[in-house]
Amino acid sequence: MTDRLFFFFIAVLGLLSFLSMYRAVVGPRTEDRLVAINVMTTKTILIIVLIASMTRSYTYLDVALVYALCSFIVTIAVLKGIKKGRLY
Amino acid sequence: MTPLHVIAVILFSGGLFFLAVGTIGLLRMPDVYTRMHATAKCDTLGAALTLLGAALISHSLENVIKLVMLWALVWVVSPTATHMIAGTAYKRGVAPVSGTRVLDYYTRDKEGVTG
Repeated sequence: MTDRLFFFFIAVLGLLSFLSMYRAVVGPRTEDRLVAINVMTTKTILIIVLIASMTRSYTYLDVALVYALCSFIVTIAVLKGIKKGRLY
Repeated sequence: MTPLHVIAVILFSGGLFFLAVGTIGLLRMPDVYTRMHATAKCDTLGAALTLLGAALISHSLENVIKLVMLWALVWVVSPTATHMIAGTAYKRGVAPVSGTRVLDYYTRDKEGVTG
């Protein structure tokens, strides 16, 4: 019962993440793509947390923490690249 | 299902609702600034409700501490990234949708001093 509910939540989150990929592919400016990728990383973090809750293997929470930090670093790097033209 | 599981499922549903609203706003808003305004809901309320529901049904205090750390990280990092995206878009000259009123006192005062 509970597993089926978790599967439902994970499937809907994956569907929403897939829908927001439309803005990352089509979006007219680079900033639109960055906003879409931020939303997708938030949803991916929540999917990892839900998988950790479903399978009761809570080591995945560390994966979610590292994923959040990596997404922030990627956003900062891309912004710096498009603003200055270089990364340092 | 224990009562904690029922509360967690209700919280997951609320988080899923706000994530869906954020995605609809991301897809249908006309402008990069309004799209950011829509996705802020997705990041704050949706992630907060889902992580709170996961913390209710986790089995030990260690997992609760990890989930609270993740919650604080998402709440600090995501508005910072959105703020930087908005600042970069404004400095690069991404035009807002027509009819928007922009109040930029900094540029006006600087131009007033130099000119």
